[in-house]
Order: sequence, then structure tokens, then C-alpha cells
Amino acid sequence: MTIKAVQEEIIDEFSMFEDWEERYQYMIDLGKDLPLIDGQYKTEDNIIKGCQSKVWVHANMDDNKVVFTADSDAIITKGIIAILIRVFSNQHPKDIIEANTDFIDQIGLKEHLSPTRANGLVSMIKQLKLYAIAYQTQLN
Amino acid sequence: MVSIYKRMFNAEDIRQDFPILNREVNGKPLIYLDNAATSQTPQQVIDVIVDYYTNYNANIHRGVHSLSQEATDAYEQARIKIQKHFNAKYAYEIIYTSGTTHGINLVANGFSSLLKAGDEIIVSALEHHSNIVPWQMLCEQTGSKLKVIPMNQDGELVISEFDAVLNTNTKLVFVNHVSNALGTINPIASIIEKAHAVGAAVLVDGAQSSPHIKADVQALDVDFYVCSAHKMCGPTGVGVLYGKEEWLNKLPPYQGGGEMIAEVTFEKTTYADLPHKFEAGTPNICGGIAFGAAIDYMNTIGFETISNYEDELLQYATEQLNNIEGLKIYGTSKHKTSVISFNVANIHPYDIGTLLDKMGIAVRTGHHCAQPIMDFYKIPGTVRASFMFYNTKEEIDQFITALKKTVTMLS
Repeated sequence: MTIKAVQEEIIDEFSMFEDWEERYQYMIDLGKDLPLIDGQYKTEDNIIKGCQSKVWVHANMDDNKVVFTADSDAIITKGIIAILIRVFSNQHPKDIIEANTDFIDQIGLKEHLSPTRANGLVSMIKQLKLYAIAYQTQLN
Repeated sequence: MVSIYKRMFNAEDIRQDFPILNREVNGKPLIYLDNAATSQTPQQVIDVIVDYYTNYNANIHRGVHSLSQEATDAYEQARIKIQKHFNAKYAYEIIYTSGTTHGINLVANGFSSLLKAGDEIIVSALEHHSNIVPWQMLCEQTGSKLKVIPMNQDGELVISEFDAVLNTNTKLVFVNHVSNALGTINPIASIIEKAHAVGAAVLVDGAQSSPHIKADVQALDVDFYVCSAHKMCGPTGVGVLYGKEEWLNKLPPYQGGGEMIAEVTFEKTTYADLPHKFEAGTPNICGGIAFGAAIDYMNTIGFETISNYEDELLQYATEQLNNIEGLKIYGTSKHKTSVISFNVANIHPYDIGTLLDKMGIAVRTGHHCAQPIMDFYKIPGTVRASFMFYNTKEEIDQFITALKKTVTMLS
């Protein structure tokens, strides 16, 4: 699936929720359920410190696709990470570099990606793109 | 004109003064419980700000024209209001600053020329980052040593440890009157007395206490006291440093510029007298005037009335919160302002704050710029609810209901 297609799928899913409670409960459940990162990668090196919550990101290349795993100490942040991973992981580096995160606005979670939010997510997206750029350079 | 008579206290009536309290957030009526970060502004103060820019905005002190004269008079009148409020001996002992952090840096910078290697500075474990970093920089610069008064599990300073580190090498003691993260009221009167006994100067950070407790700088005999207008129903970007005249005369100017000079040639500049020596450049004129209005506003309610009512809110909220399973309050001193820092079980404060915001409730989450306190309790941060005299028990009830809902959603 292309990044765009995954994003549209997520927008569709979120359109079924009637209010903020359903939306947030869904993210909380995503955050709780998913083992997002292997314990060995939850290191200081992989940490992105937000002022509020911490985010860990790990990347590796598999069959010319970038595979991301990540985690956070806050559940809602983790739920959003789960959504971001679903969109960006297992994609070609070039597609990741070119993709945007506008879909986040459409599913009503815009405030979490605000630079003032200090949850580490803005830095996390930058980090995903940097990994993609690095892997793209290797491919060239 | 502000009445000199105290108002009958009624929170519902008081709330009418604060237009922002009528707004909605995320479709719910705003419940504002982040007062320790910044307080809201009453119409009486907003009117003064509007009046300034509508009728007499001008640069002060040097102008011979009428507007400049009016602005200068209002700005200096406000300084006198602030002087009287804190009972400083002279108006020129009140230095306008951009806020508490500026005031602290001004003093720290001034002491860099007075300290030498081997001198010691004492800070408390309950400090805001703004009250730690300038002293670390000062110590690096001068070769002085930084000592810390530790805290106990209740979030109180261990005064016996203060006695142990205090000695004749101590030149400065820095302590907040009230901890921003926990709300603990520190025993500043006895700290000042003990510090003076060894010849050390004391700077009290009044940012968190000034909205709740009226400080009498002469009775306290404090050497420096700093606070910010925006925590006292005034605007952001303005505050004051009080300093005893003899100390302010000892400190060199902080910044060079207009206003702070008496005479300038290329060979030599002589500095202006107090307070202008520390007030380089065009100040926050409107902010200073509005700070005076905010102090008037709070005094018409009365600080005793304010602190009695806020104590009631604190007791009520503490009882209600303690009924929530798994909830732990950090900062359990008997002497507290209306601040409650807490966590529920292992839930991250960020998650609680995010969901409360969805229900229109503003609290602060995180380490509150006081990481050493969070390290002491081994937690990443807390949720902090802080109350002001315009909050009500009904709001606390709604906050508790909303908090229970967030805990259910997150558990």
C-alpha cells in the first residue's frame, strides 16, 4: 500500500468516530496494545526528549524499505506513534521523504503535532525523515 | 478610580471581573486551574492597558511634552503603589524588570564582581530552573561553590541541613518563598535571620508567593525580593526587583543603554541614580502601569481574604483528590499555597493533561521547570492544579469528575 492509501484508510476509520472520546479511546487502545519497539533499542541514543513525554525511535532497512519501530512513555503519544508507524514504516525511503503529515489534521489530532506541544512527536517525524534520507543516500 | 474599601468577597461576583472565564475551550466552559503558571487578568487591569494605548502612550522620563509627562507620572505612580504594597522604604528600591527571571539574573550578574573563589552560595532544592542556572553560571565565573538545602518527602526544606551548610564563607542565599512545583511555603523569615547572622545576603523569589501572601520586605529584612506581574493578575513581561538601597548601590549596572546614565563622554560615563541605573532602555511602560492597577485590584479584595478563601479551595480539592484510588499528591507540607501536584497510579501526566483539556480544564503537566524535585521523587513529572480566588468549589467538583473519567479511559 502506498503512504497516501494508508493515510486515506486511517482518515476513513477516524471518520466513524462521533466525538473526541471515541477518537481518544481508540488512540489509547492503540497505545496500550502495540509492542512498538524491541527493548534493546530503547536506549539513550534512540531517545527524542520532548519536554513532556519521551519518544524512542529505531530504524532498519529491509528489502529496500525502511522499517520503523518506536515507543513513548505516554499512552496518547504512543497511540499517535502507532498511527505514524502504520503510515511510514515498510515504505521506500524516497516515498517517506516526499510524504507529508496533513492527514493528522483531518483526523482531529493536529494539536499533538504542534511544535509547542513538547511531546517529542514533531522531532520524531523529523527523525523518520532523516532516517529515510540516510537510507536513500545508501541506495543511490 | 479604585476604591480603597475592601469588597465583600463572593467568588461568583469576582468572576464577573474576568472576561476570559466566560469562554469555552473544546466546546466546554473553561475551568482554569493553571494559575501558578499565569493568572488571568481582570477587566479593571485590561481597561488600564487600553487606556494607556488609547490616551497617553509616549516614551517616559526625557520628554517635555504632555503625553510623555502623563506616561511618566503614571509609571512612577505605579512604582509607588508597588513600593507601598511590599512596604519598601523608598520607591527607588523598586526596580522594574521584565519579570522574576530578569530580576534574578540582574542580582546574579551584579554579584559576579563581588564574589571570589572560596565564597559560597546556597540555593534550595525546591528551586525553579530560573533560580538554579544563573547561580551555576555565577559560580563558574567566580570560582564560588554552590550548596543546596535539601528537601524531605513532604516537599519541605530540611532546615537543620541549611544550618549545617551555612558558614562565614556564605555570601548569598537564594530561596523561593513558595515552591512552584509543590506549593510549599518556605520559612523565609528564619532563613533570612540565620543568613544575616553569618553576614550573607538573601534573595527571595516571590513569584509564587506574591499572588497569595503579601510580603513586607522591611519586616522580613530581606535584601532582595523578586516577583512577576503576570502571576498577580497583571500583564506578562513585567515584574520588579526590590533591593535594599545599600545593596543596589553596591551592584554594578546590569545593562548599558539609555535611561541608566547620568553623563556620557567617550572617556567616562557616570551612572544614573537608583532606580534608573538598572533600567536601561525604554521599559515596559504600559506593563508597569498595569502592574500597579493589578496590585490595586488585589488589594481591594484583600490578601487575607484571598488566602483564606484559597486555603478553603486547597483543603476541599485535597480531600476530593485523596478519594481517587491510586492518586498520590507530591508536596504534603502543612504550609502550602493553593497548588496541588499529583500523579494517578502509573499514568503519564501528559495523558491526563491532554484528556482534561478536551473537557475544557486547563492544568499544567510536566516537570514544572523543577527537574531536581522530580528526580527526588523519581517521577517524570506531575499534573499540577493551582487555584486562584476566582476559582470555585463547583469547578473543583467538575475537575474531579473529569479526572475520574480520564483515569477510566486510560486504565
